[in-house]
Amino acid sequence: MEPIQQHTGKVYPLNRANVDTDQIIPKQFLKRIERQGFGQFLFYNWRYYEDGTAKEDFSLNEEKYQDATILVAGENFGCGSSREHAPWALEDFGFRVIIAPSFADIFYNNCVKNGILPVTLSEEQTQELMNRAEAEDYPLTVNLEEQTVSDEYDFHAHFDIDNYSKEMLINGWDEIAVTLTKQDKIDEYEKQTLGV
Amino acid sequence: MTQPKTIIDKIWNKHLVHQEEGKPDLLYVDLHLVHEVTSPQAFEGLRLNNRKVRRPELTYATMDHNVPTIHRNVIKDEVSKKQMETLKQNCNEFGVELADIDHPDQGIVHVIGPELGLTHPGKTIVCGDSHTSTHGAFGAIAFGIGTSEVEHVLATQTLWQASPKTLNVKVNGELGKGVTAKDLILAIIAKYGVRFGTGYIIEYTGQAIRSLSMEERMTVCNMSIEAGARAGLISPDETTFEYIRGKRHAPKGEDFDKAVEEWRALATDEGAEYDATVEIDADEVEPQVTWGTNPGMCVPVSATVPTPESGETVNEKAEIQRALEYMDLEAGQSISSIQLEHVFIGSCTNSRLSDLRKAADIVRGKQVHPSINALVVPGSKSVKEAAEAEGLDNVFKSAGFQWRDAGCSMCLAMNDDIIPPGERCASTSNRNFEGRQGTDARTHLVSPEMAAIAAIEGRFVDVRQYTEQPV
Ligand code: SF4
Repeated sequence: MEPIQQHTGKVYPLNRANVDTDQIIPKQFLKRIERQGFGQFLFYNWRYYEDGTAKEDFSLNEEKYQDATILVAGENFGCGSSREHAPWALEDFGFRVIIAPSFADIFYNNCVKNGILPVTLSEEQTQELMNRAEAEDYPLTVNLEEQTVSDEYDFHAHFDIDNYSKEMLINGWDEIAVTLTKQDKIDEYEKQTLGV
Repeated sequence: MTQPKTIIDKIWNKHLVHQEEGKPDLLYVDLHLVHEVTSPQAFEGLRLNNRKVRRPELTYATMDHNVPTIHRNVIKDEVSKKQMETLKQNCNEFGVELADIDHPDQGIVHVIGPELGLTHPGKTIVCGDSHTSTHGAFGAIAFGIGTSEVEHVLATQTLWQASPKTLNVKVNGELGKGVTAKDLILAIIAKYGVRFGTGYIIEYTGQAIRSLSMEERMTVCNMSIEAGARAGLISPDETTFEYIRGKRHAPKGEDFDKAVEEWRALATDEGAEYDATVEIDADEVEPQVTWGTNPGMCVPVSATVPTPESGETVNEKAEIQRALEYMDLEAGQSISSIQLEHVFIGSCTNSRLSDLRKAADIVRGKQVHPSINALVVPGSKSVKEAAEAEGLDNVFKSAGFQWRDAGCSMCLAMNDDIIPPGERCASTSNRNFEGRQGTDARTHLVSPEMAAIAAIEGRFVDVRQYTEQPV
């Protein structure tokens, strides 16, 4: 997993609340057995008509957002199904940071495990970012080390993140390898409870 | 005297493998359920790193999401077929027991766990599926995980989890006649919204919960995730123990009695404190119908579709407006005026034997409305067989329903059971998200009874009036 300490990129504003993972990646694309290549299916039913032509009125199809790397959305982002295909699709499309007033639990974890930084800001702050990004090309800098979000003008916000997620993201660690350093503890637990 | 504890804290503490300041807890997993959609990349990860499945005997796999429910062995979709074959190969290679499509135990993962007696009070249970919360009905901490976590559990039999906050959802009084567990959970989500459970494990308590059967409790716990909670559970009692007794993987004889003593001690202690509590009066719950595109967008069947102005904030108003457009509904129209084209009885929320019995009681001797295509999909092969032994299949078939083989089917339409664009379905499943049952399909969530009537009448009718009518 790619480490992330500081990231500067263009914002894509998605002014919707309760965006569920069925929208982020519809089920017809969950049949693949690979981890890669899901970006083309991101928000598929919002982006495309049945025959595969692009819907012009869906903002992510606009030219100016094609190189966006920071997604800003409404509350409860990523609710619903536990499908990790959702962060895979976001990451494959190019998003490294997602900012929202709140995230669904499983989705949040899935992001951290895939090197995507989920940033929780207040409702007002996210709305402010969405307004700015809707008005113009809007680059933002997210500093994980400092836990800050700032633009070139006057926006500056601090965000909270638990130490564990922070450490995992900054180092790009393989969590299983970390856990296996505790192997003796697992052995001990099993000996006591399972008698093996 | 020791501090009174909730069942959540008791189970959590028993499963701690490692604890460290500033980190989540490392938690042991007692049962890991696996299905074909969220596991291939996890097994592949093991292979790439030369890792094994640490405890294959605590891992159990089935196929449910992709499987056809008709012409069982003709899987037209090559990609689906590949995914199912991949699960088979992975289970073979890593020594995991699998109920594959031809196996007598095959079924929806959350239906077969309890049925086989794999689900017990006090266990930690995970699966790469958000409705794993279903198993909480037994007094287990059961929750959905992503594929990276599936790989982590396969490799280590543990998970890093932040210790949860506890939320007491207290249901006072009793449900009225014709009002079901499904109506109750929908009413709870309608009242408190689709995110009130975020960050919590819910314990459902109160008189109305105690009166529910195990299958009804599963329906309630199943939809905890739709309230944002990762898990929801119910302290075990006699109802729980009686259900488990005699199940294939349940403890037997003296072991069972010993287990029951342990299980009994798990129940939340009198006076234990929760981080938060919400309450609802069961007596006030009416049969529910969702009108929108998330399970919280839900009203009693006697009500009307809300107006955008009823939203509290600008964003909420916009959300209602968008949902009305997607659902092709008029603000203010009565729920009973919505014309339906499909009825789906199935899914891990409502596809157990008692669900099918209740639906069959309503359709017995009647005919499906000419405008309706109606489908019954039992949750597992054994539910199907038990239903057939009682003749329920004939009740449904002679009313004009299709009687299918077990699987997730139209709950998420990954197989061929798809609602065509623009068409409308009354469904006993758990999600009415945009496109859930097919691109541009429109879903209304209801109880099995309400779905059964909808199939006969072609629209929503209050089950309480319906059953009172002289036949
Ligand atoms: S029935 Fe539906 S909700 Fe349940 S496991 Fe299958 S797809 Fe998921």
